[in-house]
Amino acid sequence: MSHIEKTIATIQSAFPGAIQEVIEFRGETTVVIASDLLVDVCRRLRDDAELDYNVLADLAAVDYWPAEPRFAISYLPYAMQRNARFRLKVFLPGKTPNAETVSTVWPSANWQEREAYDMMGIKFNGHPDMRRILMPADWEGHPHRKDYPLGYEEVQFSFNIEEIDKRKKYAKS
Amino acid sequence: MGLEQKLGNMGIATMTLEQAVNWGRTRAMWPMLFGLACCAIEMIATQAATYDVSRFGMELMRPSPRQSDLMIVAGRVSRKMAPVLRRLYDQMPDPKWVVSMGDCASCTGVFNNYALVQGVDEVVPVDVYVAGCPPRPEALIDGLMKLHEKVKREKITDWA
Amino acid sequence: MTQVHELEATVDELKHLFSERAEAGETTLLNLGPQHPSTHGVLRLMLELDGEEVVRCVPDIGFLHTGIEKNMEAKTYLKALVMTDRMDYLNNMGNNLTYCLAIEKLVDVEVPERAQVLRVICAELQRIASHLVWLGTSGIDLNASSMLLYCFREREHILDMFEMISGQRMMTSYIRPGGVWRDVPAGFVPAVKDFLAYMPAKLDDYERLLTKNPLFLGRTVDVGILEPDYALAIGATGGTLRGSGINYDVRRAMPYSGYANYDFDVPLEDGCDVYARYRVRMREFRESLKIIEQAIGRLKPGPVMTEDRKVAPPPRSELSQSMEALIHHFKLWTEGFSAPDGEVYLATESPRGELGCYLVGDGGPKPRRVHFRTPSFLNLQALPHLGEGYFVADLVASIGSIDIVLGDIDR
Repeated sequence: MSHIEKTIATIQSAFPGAIQEVIEFRGETTVVIASDLLVDVCRRLRDDAELDYNVLADLAAVDYWPAEPRFAISYLPYAMQRNARFRLKVFLPGKTPNAETVSTVWPSANWQEREAYDMMGIKFNGHPDMRRILMPADWEGHPHRKDYPLGYEEVQFSFNIEEIDKRKKYAKS
Repeated sequence: MGLEQKLGNMGIATMTLEQAVNWGRTRAMWPMLFGLACCAIEMIATQAATYDVSRFGMELMRPSPRQSDLMIVAGRVSRKMAPVLRRLYDQMPDPKWVVSMGDCASCTGVFNNYALVQGVDEVVPVDVYVAGCPPRPEALIDGLMKLHEKVKREKITDWA
Repeated sequence: MTQVHELEATVDELKHLFSERAEAGETTLLNLGPQHPSTHGVLRLMLELDGEEVVRCVPDIGFLHTGIEKNMEAKTYLKALVMTDRMDYLNNMGNNLTYCLAIEKLVDVEVPERAQVLRVICAELQRIASHLVWLGTSGIDLNASSMLLYCFREREHILDMFEMISGQRMMTSYIRPGGVWRDVPAGFVPAVKDFLAYMPAKLDDYERLLTKNPLFLGRTVDVGILEPDYALAIGATGGTLRGSGINYDVRRAMPYSGYANYDFDVPLEDGCDVYARYRVRMREFRESLKIIEQAIGRLKPGPVMTEDRKVAPPPRSELSQSMEALIHHFKLWTEGFSAPDGEVYLATESPRGELGCYLVGDGGPKPRRVHFRTPSFLNLQALPHLGEGYFVADLVASIGSIDIVLGDIDR
């Protein structure tokens, strides 16, 4: 049995009903679990000597607007000694996207969760320092959401260069 | 090539005060270390041995705005960085010039989005724009030469 | 003028980050602002100092945030490649490679042998160029100012080679989905061979300057200690992790582009301090030269772009002869190729650590989400631990040793 199959079997026996779906795509395994059992599953992944997922390689948030559930967070636990990794995914509703922080399990999630909050607006309960990290502290809105505009500025070509020049605010001195 | 040609037999050169002041300003303009992103690496390459910019008197890149004349805005300016940029520009004493190096500083280049100031001339007045992504060191030096031409044409009352 | 207003952030909002002595006035709060010669870019550090010793160090990032990930969602897969060059601006080829490998995994397309070897050569040359900038800037931070001039002189040779194959010194966009843009010109292989003959003597020069220099040792030994357990927990990778004795290199753990067939060592050091990380990267120079030499020997004639016309545009000579080629050309350059509805994660070893691309396709020609797991972002999380308890001058040495690039952190 490969390490990933052993992992899935352990989660299924320790947390029955947690696993909602297992997807195999291009040689990668994605395990979708319920969001309320997230921290318990992660703690088991790290502390179980047989599984030994001691590193969190990546934490990314995805916006599936307008589909519901709208948000998904994808975790990539990595067992460095066994060189095994898989994807753990949780789906969150669009209205109140709240998740538990995994920074108590893997400290590397600290800044990555701050980035998910800043960019997607997902709040992490229990996070030691929930503030914006990339945008200015008084910015409104969450830029990576699909309903946030890109902020495109009209490009100046020769046919509209004077008209845009009049509107554009240049610094005087 | 320099003043010696004008000295003639008596060892006297005449020029207007304006010319003398502008000549002095172009020959030892001290840039401020304001590299933000990728263009900063090409700015450092311009300063390094192969494309030496110290032949124009600019090897002294001062980090302090109080001691520099020229601000080369090298790189993309994000909305969080814009107040800092303006503050540093205000701290520079007169006379001061700004070279907008690269596409991102001139017009934001590839990145037409929410996070960047669309051209640094929305924040500070720019004298010379240097195009390129990033501009070659030779292109930056060409921009600096154009700035020297511009400074030579300045009037004594411009900075009064 | 654009509305530039100063943000009046009071210390109250950030009180939980500093110790109680700051409120009592025993310690000083100092701002090592975004514009500073030794912060390697626009990094802001809020320091709490007890005299010269650092009590707390709080990094504030985001001054170079460019919105690359969101901007890539608005462009087709090929057009978005241009933005990846500008992310970690010292690892342009590596960023291109990571993104292209992720696309190739998602779309399931094979890359020809010659293109894989060329990719390896470009990636390793880029690694040497990036380490040269690290060595030059770290040297000048510690006041070894001649290092900057020497390293940038060597870098010019590599940039000349990049200009030869792609026309651009830094933002090459040479590595494209399906292969590389075009075959290398005739002068490239002799230029690489000249570089391989010229570089080892220069590396010996640098080692003679620094490795046993008592001034350098005094500034770097026992400074910025990063314990292995903490390094793993905080997510550090690359030279930062290998300087603490942990053997993790993505080229060995998840080989890509044929790296499993090359013979090279992964340098490890046990010191955990700034000096150990310096030793690791100096040895990585020589390993990269070894890999390039092996790769040059493996270059065989062949195609450099995949034949799959659903992904790669046909050569221009075919357009006047074949109707299918014309239609493929038109569709690819206007609409772009489509990727299936799925997600992949692909990691490569950048000079800074594990650079991963998490690509989510939605069945259309534009990606639904592109997320880059950048090594500098996680390596910088270790900085408070590296700085607290040491002097400010040691903090400067530590920042240089973890080799951060702000474009990588802020994207």
